[in-house]
Amino acid sequence: MSLLVATVAVVASLPFGLATAWVLARREFWGKSLLNGIVHLPLVLPPVVTGYLLLISFGRKGPAGQFFEQCCGLVFSFRWTGAALACAVMGFPLMVRAIRLSLESVDRRLEDAAGTLGANPPWVFLTVTLPLIAPGVIAGMILCFARAMGEFGATITFVSNIPGETQTLPSAIYTFTQVPGGDEGALRLTLVSLVISMGALIASEWLARRAGGAGRIAS
Amino acid sequence: MIEVAVSQKLGAFALDVDFKTDGRFVALFGHSGSGKTTLINLIAGLTRPARGRIVIDGETLVDTARGIFVPACKRRLGMVFQEGRLFPHLSVKQNLLYGAWFAGAVDKSGAELARVAVLLGIDHLLTRYPNRLSGGEKQRVAIGRALLASPKLLLMDEPLASLDDARKLEIMPYLERLRDEAGIPIIYVSHSVAEVARLSDTLVVLSAGKMRACGPTLDLMQHVDLFPAAEGSDDAGALILATVVQQDNGYGLTKLSSRAGEWLMPRLDVPEGRQVRMQIKARDVLIAAERPDGMSALNVFRGVVAEIGATDGASVELRVDCMGETLIARLTRYSVERLQLAVGAPVFAIVKSVSFDRRTLGSGWQDLRASDAGAAAE
Repeated sequence: MSLLVATVAVVASLPFGLATAWVLARREFWGKSLLNGIVHLPLVLPPVVTGYLLLISFGRKGPAGQFFEQCCGLVFSFRWTGAALACAVMGFPLMVRAIRLSLESVDRRLEDAAGTLGANPPWVFLTVTLPLIAPGVIAGMILCFARAMGEFGATITFVSNIPGETQTLPSAIYTFTQVPGGDEGALRLTLVSLVISMGALIASEWLARRAGGAGRIAS
Repeated sequence: MIEVAVSQKLGAFALDVDFKTDGRFVALFGHSGSGKTTLINLIAGLTRPARGRIVIDGETLVDTARGIFVPACKRRLGMVFQEGRLFPHLSVKQNLLYGAWFAGAVDKSGAELARVAVLLGIDHLLTRYPNRLSGGEKQRVAIGRALLASPKLLLMDEPLASLDDARKLEIMPYLERLRDEAGIPIIYVSHSVAEVARLSDTLVVLSAGKMRACGPTLDLMQHVDLFPAAEGSDDAGALILATVVQQDNGYGLTKLSSRAGEWLMPRLDVPEGRQVRMQIKARDVLIAAERPDGMSALNVFRGVVAEIGATDGASVELRVDCMGETLIARLTRYSVERLQLAVGAPVFAIVKSVSFDRRTLGSGWQDLRASDAGAAAE
C-alpha cells in the first residue's frame, strides 16, 4: 500500500514540481514570494494541520473535493488516492527545491546556444535543460518518495487509518505498537521499511550516476 | 549583403552602429567594452535592439519600426561562442548534428558530417564527450556544430580569445579554410589585431559603442588613428601583401617581394610563388632621414611621409608611402622634430627581420582585392 501510494504521489506531482520549479527559478512576477511560501508551507506546518487543511478542502464537502468528484469522479477522502495526495503535498516542497536548485545552476548560455542552432524554447528545454537537470530531478523524486513513505501525520488526519485502503506503512506500524503482542508485526514492517528505503537510495544513486555521468564516461 | 543599423542602451553604455557590407569575412574589431559582443548578440537574436533594423541577404530579421523580430531559433545564423558552449551531455557527434537536426538537414549518409569533420580536423573525436576535449578541439567542434546547421551566416564571438597562443595557431588555418571553402559569409568579433589582419577582408571598428570605421581591411589597417596606442594596443601596424620569391635554407631566411621592395624574413613555411599577407607592427619600424649604412637590419625601404598622426602623448604614428605600399611607424615626438619630418619628406623605413610576428601571417588571400572592391563603407 505504502509503495503504491508513494509512487503515485511522486509520479503525479512530478509535472507540477517541474513547472513550479521552472516558474520559481526563471520567472519574475508579482506574488512570486507568495507562491514560494505556499509551496514550502507543508515543510514548516505541523503535518496534522496540513492534513486537516486537506480534509476541509479536499473532503467530500470541501470545495476542491466536490470539484474533483464532479468532473472526474475522483474521491480523495478516506481512499488511498487521498493518502497519495497527502503524501504528494508533503513531499512537494522537497521536490520543487531540488529541481529549482539544479535549474538555477544550469548554464543559460547553453540554452542560448541551442537557440542559435534552431531549437525553439520547448525543444531547448527537452534536449538541453532537462538532461542537464536530470540528477536534480531524480534527487527531488527520491526525497519526495522518502517523505511519502514516511508520511504519517497528514495522512492519518486526512484519510484516517483504514486497513487495506488507507493504511500506510507508518500507520500500520503505529497500529501494531498500540496492541499488546504487536511487537513482532511492528518489527517485521520496520524491516520491510528499511529494505525499501535502502533500495530506493541505491536505485537513485544508480540513476543519478547514469544521468549525470553520461558526460563523464567516454564511450 | 549584411545591413545593420541598430541602437541599444544598457545602463550607461550606448551602442549605436550603422553599417552595410558585402564582405565575406567581416571583422568587428574593438577593445573590451566597445560593444562588439552586444552587437553580435543583437545580430544573433539573443537580445532585442531598442531601435533599428538588421537585414541579411535581403531577409529582414529585425525592424523595430515595422515591429519585426525574428527569434534566434528561426534566424538560421550559426554562432560560435567564446567559450564553445558544447552540450556536456552529448557526444561530439551528437553536438555536431544538433543544429542539423533542427534545420532538417541531417543527411543519412553522413557525408556532410564527414566533410565538415575533416575540414576541421575533428573526425577522430566523434565518439568523445566535450569534457575530454582540449580547448582547441572544443572550439573546432563548436565551429563544426554551427556550420552543420547550414546557416546563412556564421557569427563568431572571439572564438580564439579563451585559447593560448599555440591553440590559436592551431585553429587559424581552419578558419582560413572556412573562409575560402565553406562559402558562408562570416562575422568575426575580435580584439586582436593579429587575427583581424590575418583573416578578415572587411573591417568594422567599434569604440565605446560607436562605429569608428567600416571598410576593406587593407585600407583601414593603414589608418594610423584607428588603432591608437592610447587604447592599450601595441598591435597597430600596416598589412603588407607579399609574394614568396625564394627560400634561403643556408641562413634560414625567406625572401619576399612586395611593392615596397624585397623583404628578408625568418624562414616561413610557404611555397615559392605563393602570396601571403603579413602585418608589420608600427613599433617594429624605424625611420631614418638618410640611407643607413653598416646596420644589421635587412629590410630598408625608400619612401615618403604620407601622414603624421595626432601628437598628444610622447609617441606619434607615421604613415610612410613606400612605392605604393604603406608602412606605419611609431616614433617619439622628439624624434619627429629632430629629424624634421613633415608630410612629403623623403625617408627610409627600416624593419628588423626577426621582429616579425608570425601570428599575423595569413595565406589564401588571392581574391581578396576583388572582394574588397565590392565592400561598401557607410
